[in-house]
Amino acid sequence: MSSNTAPSSSGGAGSADATSTRRHSKRPKYSRFTQQELPACKPILTPRWVISAFMLVSIVFIPIGVASLFASRDVVEIIDRYETDCIPTTNRTDKVRFIQSPGPKKCNRTLKVSKRMKQPIYVYYQLDNFYQNHRRYVKSRSDQQLKDPKSESDVDACKPEDMANGLPIVPCGLIAWSLFNDTYSFSRNKQQLTVNKKDISWKSDREHKFGKNVFPKNFQNGSLKGGATLNTSKPLSEQEDLIVWMRTAALPTFRKLYGKIEVDLEENDTIEVILDNNYNTYSFSGKKKLVLSTTSWIGGRNDFLGIAYLTVGGLCFFLAMAFTVVYLVKPRQLGDPSYLSWNRNPGGH
Amino acid sequence: MRGGGRRRKLHFSKIYSFTCGKSSMRDEHSQIGGPGYSRVVYCNEPDSFEAHMRNYGDNYVRSTKYTVATFLPKSLFEQFRRVANFYFLVTGTLAFTPLAPFTAVSAIIPLIIVIGATMVKEGIEDWRRKQQDIEVNNRKVNVHYGNGVFDYTAWRNLRVGDIVRVEKDEFFPTDLLLLSSSYDDAICYVETMNLDGETNLKLKQALEVTSFLQEDSKFNDFNAIVKCEDPNANLYSFVGTMEFDKQQFPLSPQQLLLRDSKLRNTDYIYGAVIFTGPDTKVIQNSTAPPSKRSRVEKKMDKIIYFLFCVLFTMAFVGSIYFGIATKDDLNNGIMKRWYLRPDNSRIFFDAKRAPYAAIYHFLTALMLYGYFIPISLYVSIEIVKVLQSIFINQDIHMYYEESDKPAHARTSNLNEELGQVDTILSDKTGTLTCNSMEFIKCSVAGTAYGRGYTEVERAMGRRNGSPLVHQHLSGGDNLKDSTDGKAPIKGFNFKDERVMNGNWVNEPNAEYIQKFFSLLAICHTAIPEVDEATGNISYEAESPDEAAFVIAARELGFEFYKRTQTTISLRELDPVSGKKVERTYSLLNVLEFNSTRKRMSVIVRSEGGKILLLSKGADNVMLERLARNGSDFEEETMEHLNEYADAGLRTLILAYRELDEDEYKEFNQNFIKAKNSVSAERETVIDEVTEKIEKDLILLGATAVEDKLQNGVPDCIDKLAQAGIKIWVLTGDKMETAINIGFACSLLRQGMKQIVITLESPEIKVLEKEGEKEAIATASKGSVLNQINRGKAQLTASSRNPEAFALIIDGKSLAYALEDDVKNLFLNLAIGCASVICCRSSPKQKALVTRLVKSGTGKTTLAIGDGANDVGMLQEADIGVGISGVEGMQAVMSSDIAIAQFQYLERLLLVHGHWCYRRISSMICYFFYKNIAFGFTLFLYEAHTSFSGTPAYNDWFLSLYNVFFSSLPVVAMGVFDQDVSARFCFKFPLLYQEGVQNILFSWRRIFGWMLNGFTTAAIIFFFCTKALAHQAFNSEGKTAGRDILGATMYTCTVWVVNLQMALAISYFTLIQHLFIWGSIALWYIFLLAYGAMSPSLSTTAYKIFIEALAPTPSFWLITIFVPVSGLILFFTYSAVQMRFFPMYHRTIQWIRYEGTSNDPKLCDMVRQRSLRPQTVGFTARLAARANRIKDRHHNRR
Repeated sequence: MSSNTAPSSSGGAGSADATSTRRHSKRPKYSRFTQQELPACKPILTPRWVISAFMLVSIVFIPIGVASLFASRDVVEIIDRYETDCIPTTNRTDKVRFIQSPGPKKCNRTLKVSKRMKQPIYVYYQLDNFYQNHRRYVKSRSDQQLKDPKSESDVDACKPEDMANGLPIVPCGLIAWSLFNDTYSFSRNKQQLTVNKKDISWKSDREHKFGKNVFPKNFQNGSLKGGATLNTSKPLSEQEDLIVWMRTAALPTFRKLYGKIEVDLEENDTIEVILDNNYNTYSFSGKKKLVLSTTSWIGGRNDFLGIAYLTVGGLCFFLAMAFTVVYLVKPRQLGDPSYLSWNRNPGGH
Repeated sequence: MRGGGRRRKLHFSKIYSFTCGKSSMRDEHSQIGGPGYSRVVYCNEPDSFEAHMRNYGDNYVRSTKYTVATFLPKSLFEQFRRVANFYFLVTGTLAFTPLAPFTAVSAIIPLIIVIGATMVKEGIEDWRRKQQDIEVNNRKVNVHYGNGVFDYTAWRNLRVGDIVRVEKDEFFPTDLLLLSSSYDDAICYVETMNLDGETNLKLKQALEVTSFLQEDSKFNDFNAIVKCEDPNANLYSFVGTMEFDKQQFPLSPQQLLLRDSKLRNTDYIYGAVIFTGPDTKVIQNSTAPPSKRSRVEKKMDKIIYFLFCVLFTMAFVGSIYFGIATKDDLNNGIMKRWYLRPDNSRIFFDAKRAPYAAIYHFLTALMLYGYFIPISLYVSIEIVKVLQSIFINQDIHMYYEESDKPAHARTSNLNEELGQVDTILSDKTGTLTCNSMEFIKCSVAGTAYGRGYTEVERAMGRRNGSPLVHQHLSGGDNLKDSTDGKAPIKGFNFKDERVMNGNWVNEPNAEYIQKFFSLLAICHTAIPEVDEATGNISYEAESPDEAAFVIAARELGFEFYKRTQTTISLRELDPVSGKKVERTYSLLNVLEFNSTRKRMSVIVRSEGGKILLLSKGADNVMLERLARNGSDFEEETMEHLNEYADAGLRTLILAYRELDEDEYKEFNQNFIKAKNSVSAERETVIDEVTEKIEKDLILLGATAVEDKLQNGVPDCIDKLAQAGIKIWVLTGDKMETAINIGFACSLLRQGMKQIVITLESPEIKVLEKEGEKEAIATASKGSVLNQINRGKAQLTASSRNPEAFALIIDGKSLAYALEDDVKNLFLNLAIGCASVICCRSSPKQKALVTRLVKSGTGKTTLAIGDGANDVGMLQEADIGVGISGVEGMQAVMSSDIAIAQFQYLERLLLVHGHWCYRRISSMICYFFYKNIAFGFTLFLYEAHTSFSGTPAYNDWFLSLYNVFFSSLPVVAMGVFDQDVSARFCFKFPLLYQEGVQNILFSWRRIFGWMLNGFTTAAIIFFFCTKALAHQAFNSEGKTAGRDILGATMYTCTVWVVNLQMALAISYFTLIQHLFIWGSIALWYIFLLAYGAMSPSLSTTAYKIFIEALAPTPSFWLITIFVPVSGLILFFTYSAVQMRFFPMYHRTIQWIRYEGTSNDPKLCDMVRQRSLRPQTVGFTARLAARANRIKDRHHNRR
């Protein structure tokens, strides 16, 4: 009888009212937040929702796709791959030696305008298999030095192109050192086409990253010559080729803006290009291409976005149709328990 | 304060025979002063020189994990024990070397934020503990300041040797040596619930030499020296001597009052402080509770290891490629990629030492791919869990008004584990039942009285008859209650007009009734307390059923109002005169209750001079002591007893006998002799003496006391059973009671086959009498094994025709069933049974059973209990739930979650458990998804940089991804997401199985999400690079560089992961909207703000958005296209799944959406989707009944 029970001062009427007068100090306060009863919308994937979502996507995507595709197709592009052709046939067995040998390596190319090109026509050089995104390469620059003449000797990151003959190099680093140095000049019907090299770089770069009073110094003076040399009388902020080059490309195949031709080119125009083939892509067997291209609102010529939009839009349309058919043909049955996973193997769990 | 002057005259030592009294004169006392027994306490002179020499610590108790000094190193150590954090520490440190693909600061800052947040959380938790400590340490106690003056001081100020005065119902501040009490014989009652969970009061008695110290002033010149054992953790031992008046007195545990126990039924005591603070036995006993980790979290660790493997593989592959490419760059002095200057390079890119370069690259790659491992995962989970437990604590539906106790999640580690419970192991008393006894029925002289209906009878009515009967029963009850118009009296639920209000005089056997109730009023050890204002009497008794008897007697006109040392006074109705008369019985002897005797008797002399032996006890011991001719109505009484037991009532038999003078004298002499003997067999001798007098008793009748079920227990059990949770009851009660409660809770029902395993068989009993231990053990084990095998055979025999089985096993058999070679057999049998009841099980057995279930089945177990005897079980189980209703806090202190009532378990598991499980598992899956989606783009990009380790994104984009742009929505999901509302959780309890079967965190689902992450990354990377190929990026002919591609891909990633979140959650509150759209908006804001900083800070991100991205249509086209196409896959998958393979919660969502939730047929269909039939709970009971009726009809035709 008194085995495992609590001692209790149980009594008569006296103890009954003690509980009722007690204050409920610990009672949680009611709020929709604490009781997890916040108003909420609880979307579920009803057929109507699913079908409308798919329809919406296809309705939005297909027009966009058509528009982008048109825009991309509007762009006229002339691509000329020249890295092999610009090497004399006799030298083609050892291209690297040829390119490293001193002396001019002029090369004439003829481009045909397939379609009328409205100005401005952008001139690009396209390199291939060139890892401008290699970590060693990307890091080999000194933003301080480029911007500020006082930080001239801030070249720690630039090794091995940091110092030459005991003096810091401006601009230092592998990127600047390997500046692209093929040059192009264009003429149509023996008439020179001027290439405007102004404003080919991002404005923010010109104004904030490359100093107006920082001049190239001691550049390409090392034992091993890299790419282009720079005009020491022009400040870095005006060396737009360098600025474009220093904005490193994302992928090993990339184009860089060379300049703009600001006249229209008519269909079937022939364009003569005289190029200086100086840049060594041969040791890593990279291609070099010269590209002339117009732009549209979407940029250069790339059908991918348009096609992708159309594909996904079409896929969604198809899915919308498929779901509609399925929902119509076989309305959902609620009571069918056979799909519940724990019922598939009732015994073993 | 000292109102009990009357009681001070009592010498309770005469009422009690002091079984454990002065018998502890042992050899140990000779060890005093030796090693381990070196403590010397100068009582009442804590300032003396000698006491200073000893310099025992003060009474300050610290439960905090850290101090100000140790916080930093200790918590940092804790943090970096986690493998992921350690990894980030290593990569963070490596980031300071040139190996790093990004700046060191950007790598280390997220780590600092994450670690800092966790440490702040730790700090706050510890601060709370500190507050508790301060509260405890500043409790006030009356201490002797000298010259007989006592005044209050804080607990922490107590020093060894201080004299304190503790009032009634106060806790002892330290381990005290009892010097004297308000009773003349210096005894006091102590409640030790906080220490050992035993709820009966313990009696302590001071040495006689100090018992005179009953007033403050007497301590003016009191001095004593106590020499005793050193602090230790043994609660039941104490060895020491006291030197007082130049005499040595041995001390025993009988004089030691332990900290955290409570003074009861005694007005005050004086004591000397022996052990303080950390030296006290209870603090010495406290061990850090085992830290439990949830299954989900353990699995999460495995996933992290898996991701580490992926990461290492990727890094390895990359390194090999990098090594080859690097070596290739320089061939006999000819440079291939001359622009990289392979001829003049540091070791990291040195073509001449390519293998080293590859190894270094491996480290770089480890840093770069670190984004695979979600750095903020741990801290996010911790934040989420804390918030979840706040929700649990704040749940108004789990607040118990009566005891003013809300639910309290003491640890936030196990929230999601609550959603996976497979087996509940429940204590009975205090958990299923309220531990309040109500006198409800009695049988006097063969006539049954009492018309009250018990919970159990109602359940029985539900079981046997139609629900109408039940309604009728309860309806009638209510009617009666309302007509009565009296406030219900605690402990009394007896209704019978035949005996109430003095009507019993008119009953045919009035004489018996009078004896019956006066026996109830006399035969007990309760103490009356008269409220002087109202004249009402309340009682303090050792156990609630004893209190129930005295109250019943009072209510029926036998009011016990006064107890002196030798007398018991009643006010009773005289049947002849019809008036209330006061009668005083002189109390001659009390023959105490104990578990072997199972009865209690008093010997009194009535006013008429007759000597009466009044006795009450369990039926089996009492029946054999009845006189042959004294039991006219034994049969009827037995019948009533069986009925009561069926209704789940506790029964006692009352009997009496008149003694003649000589017989009594002889007995008294023997009894006194036995009591005063100090031999080891003292108890046996006493038993023998009492045995002789307790015989030839005349039966009066039987009482029935209801052990009340807690509110809503049957309903809760039914819901849990519907949810597919198995419920085992582990109780210390006897088998009959346990079975009765089983019936009441619907754990047992008619038609359920009971497999009973017991050792109460005659053969074993015979063996036990012979007392050969080994023989008993072998025979018992054989018997248990045999019974288990038989049960198993029964089970297999009926496996085709599923019948519900119940396993009932008693403690003795359990001891054998839990032996190593039997336990798996036993477990197999138990798993096959619908309900399992273990009765008479010890705390240790409870823990062992829990361990057996936990490790044997590999499923999640939850133990629920209220007493200290459940502590082992609570700590052993995956989740320990403490019932915080009663005063004892031991169970609560060792539990993981405390609730006030068993019925809240339903909400705790089905709602909070389910939600938390769902939230945490979805959250973790999503975390891995978003990090893989991000990290894999890095890998893909790196592959296009000839594995040189260039990151695709700006340094700060990288490091802030996990912190700002993707983590808040996940946290919001972890805190707020609900698949279905609480109402539907209750309506479709089967939903809970999603957690039990771990469907939401199965490897399939985890890998599914990972795959989703990889595909998303591939889509983002390839679509972005294809769309941003070498052509002009905008109409001004500019091409896209690394900066633009990075920013675009990043934008797409932020969109995809956040939209994916929007697709994955099913509960959109304003907060979700805010976080999801806010995260995306934050990215653009960041891009603007970061781009506006000076280029030396923002590097490649300088003005990127304003100048390059925002004005360019193709950027916007890409950021629309890539996220949408990245999500179409998942969206289609979800739509198909919803349509063809809906998960259970989806079905319920569907029902809610369609508004068919009130269609009972449909709901029933959905609810019963499980192929496993429900076997316990009253739903099953009703279903079984319906089946039986159907069968009967069938048979008739």
